[in-house]
Amino acid sequence: MKIIVAIKQVPTRDSQLNVADGGKWIEEDDLTFEINEPDAYALEEALQLKERDGEGEVIALCLGPSRATQTIREALAKGADRAIHIEEEQLEGLDTLGIAKLLAAAVKAENPDLILTGLQSDDFGYGQTGVVMAELLGIPHATIIMQVEKQGNAIKVKRELEDGWFQNMTIPLPALLTIQSGINKLRYATLMGIKKAKTKEIKTVTASDLGVPQGASATLDKVYMPQRTKQAVIFQGGDDPAKAAAQLVEKLKFEVRVI
Amino acid sequence: MSSVLVVLEQQGGKWHRMSWEALAAGAELAGKLGLSVDAAVVGKGVGTLAGEAAQKSIGKVYAVDHDLLASYTADGYTAALEQLIQQTKPAFVLFPHTYQVRDFAPKLATRFDRVLVSDVISIEAAGSGVTFVRQLFQGKLNANFAASTGAFASIQAGAFRAESLAAGTAEVVNFAPSVDASVIRIQAEAPFRESSRAVDLTAAEIIVSVGRGIKEQDNIPVVEELAAALGAELAASRPICDAGWLPMERQVGSSGQTVSPKVYIAVGISGAIQHLVGMKGSKAIVAINKDENAPIFEVADYGIVGDLFEVVPALVAEVKKAKA
Ligand SMILES: Cc1cc2nc3c(=O)[nH]c(=O)nc-3n(C[C@H](O)[C@H](O)[C@H](O)COP(=O)(O)OP(=O)(O)OC[C@H]3O[C@@H](n4cnc5c(N)ncnc54)[C@H](O)[C@@H]3O)c2cc1C
Ligand SMILES: Nc1ncnc2c1ncn2[C@@H]1O[C@H](COP(=O)(O)O)[C@@H](O)[C@H]1O
Repeated sequence: MKIIVAIKQVPTRDSQLNVADGGKWIEEDDLTFEINEPDAYALEEALQLKERDGEGEVIALCLGPSRATQTIREALAKGADRAIHIEEEQLEGLDTLGIAKLLAAAVKAENPDLILTGLQSDDFGYGQTGVVMAELLGIPHATIIMQVEKQGNAIKVKRELEDGWFQNMTIPLPALLTIQSGINKLRYATLMGIKKAKTKEIKTVTASDLGVPQGASATLDKVYMPQRTKQAVIFQGGDDPAKAAAQLVEKLKFEVRVI
Repeated sequence: MSSVLVVLEQQGGKWHRMSWEALAAGAELAGKLGLSVDAAVVGKGVGTLAGEAAQKSIGKVYAVDHDLLASYTADGYTAALEQLIQQTKPAFVLFPHTYQVRDFAPKLATRFDRVLVSDVISIEAAGSGVTFVRQLFQGKLNANFAASTGAFASIQAGAFRAESLAAGTAEVVNFAPSVDASVIRIQAEAPFRESSRAVDLTAAEIIVSVGRGIKEQDNIPVVEELAAALGAELAASRPICDAGWLPMERQVGSSGQTVSPKVYIAVGISGAIQHLVGMKGSKAIVAINKDENAPIFEVADYGIVGDLFEVVPALVAEVKKAKA
């Protein structure tokens, strides 16, 4: 199978976020970046599908600024065969449809059997880029996938529903799946893999190469720190954890009455 | 005149409770724009459900009925709702942000060359311009999205109050879409649950819940000790169970258990919405987190800002002292 995995580079999870001047996005200068978590699972699933099949190709697809090359290299080091990098400096100016149109245009040229995306990005959190891509490509999709098994010209998947329910479904190929974190166990890149990655192809294209007209139907006007409405009783445990602990235990004992 | 359309969710004849929150959001938006709010319910034989929805103070309830809509498929629902929207031309289309909506609403919006503004927490309207507020970075940041007429949006769990809907008598309109079996490409089997849960967190009075702040599996005893000292059940956020550090049945959240103990102590948990929906109903919530801006503090009654590896052992000592 020829499998394309859409990977996004996002700020690392514990990042301290500050709104940039102008209030349109965050300050990125001091941030570090990593692969979006579910995308790491999607990549792993693609690699495992290829290994089980004994043949095929895994292509990493990333839309992002030049810094995203780092994340792409890591995907190649883990075992992706090659990569496509759609270079675009400011994603926050696009809406999901704009993002999905770019990704879909790059996918179309490749004609893959299967496309995997993460179910949600940690930064934008739209939770829909994959579904929109599938519609643009005219192929079926399934979301929040926890298991994938190839069956001839189709795939059988286990989809996660709410409250601990699941559902199996069979989908004809080509198809798109959005992958949930925890579907598999992530591998680490080996030294050998890192070395090999340096020789693998990263094809760089731009929005105008892909011929996708840009325009957003929902525009991001402003980002800001949420107004906190609920006033929790907060104890500072930084300097004197024992004191904060004692203060909390007193509340647990006399107000919550669980001790 | 066009209206705000809210697509309600049902499965096997049972309402998804978030449907009413989305309808409340729709009523609020319609009120701000001087429009009426309509609802749609999709399925096979949904007349009774449509009748129930019609007991709210709204305009119309569309019963979108077809044999091929008996069980949910993204293809079937998209085809049916595309026709309803083309015919009724609503000004805005709202959904509850459920797993099912995540599965088909972006596809439906794409048919109209629009995006779905997903997981919206509040709506502002000035003139004809509408601003949808949604969270970025798992609740660490808010963002305003400006959207024009024709936009699609889904509403976050708990963001609007279902009780704000007044009772009334709406008109039920039957809508029979034409759906061809060939458009449905996916074969779905009946939903199932994994083997029964050995741990029933819903009965626990005290829950100590651990998140990714614990860093590694070898550190789990740190929170186990706290749970033991308090006589509490141990629970976890999803990444902890994904990694296999604790069994899946201890997961709290939208894909795990929903709990409401006397006190829920969240240790090193950031407070993403999918976690919050599983524990927001707790009588008291305690958060221990090193990041004072972590969204978990928004739902907490008590909190300690600090390093859990210092705070939790201190807490264990204090609990033991108090119990002695
Ligand atoms: C469809 C879907 C379903 C999901 N279902 C669920 C679900 O059922 N349950 C669930 O929990 N999640 C679920 N998630 C995942 C959810 O979105 C979050 O990713 C997850 O809850 C984050 O877990 P966390 O808070 O443990 O980790 P993180 O978000 O990484 O937070 C770790 C926290 O620990 C703090 N911390 C770090 N070090 C320390 C320290 N030394 N001392 C104190 N604090 C520290 C950090 O400040 C941070 O706030 C779901 C996601 C999706 C998209
Ligand atoms: N800029 C991007 N580059 C590559 N893949 C992306 C990009 N944006 C979104 N995706 C994919 O779409 C998924 C869902 O993203 P979102 O719709 O933003 O929540 C992610 O997990 C990625 O797999």
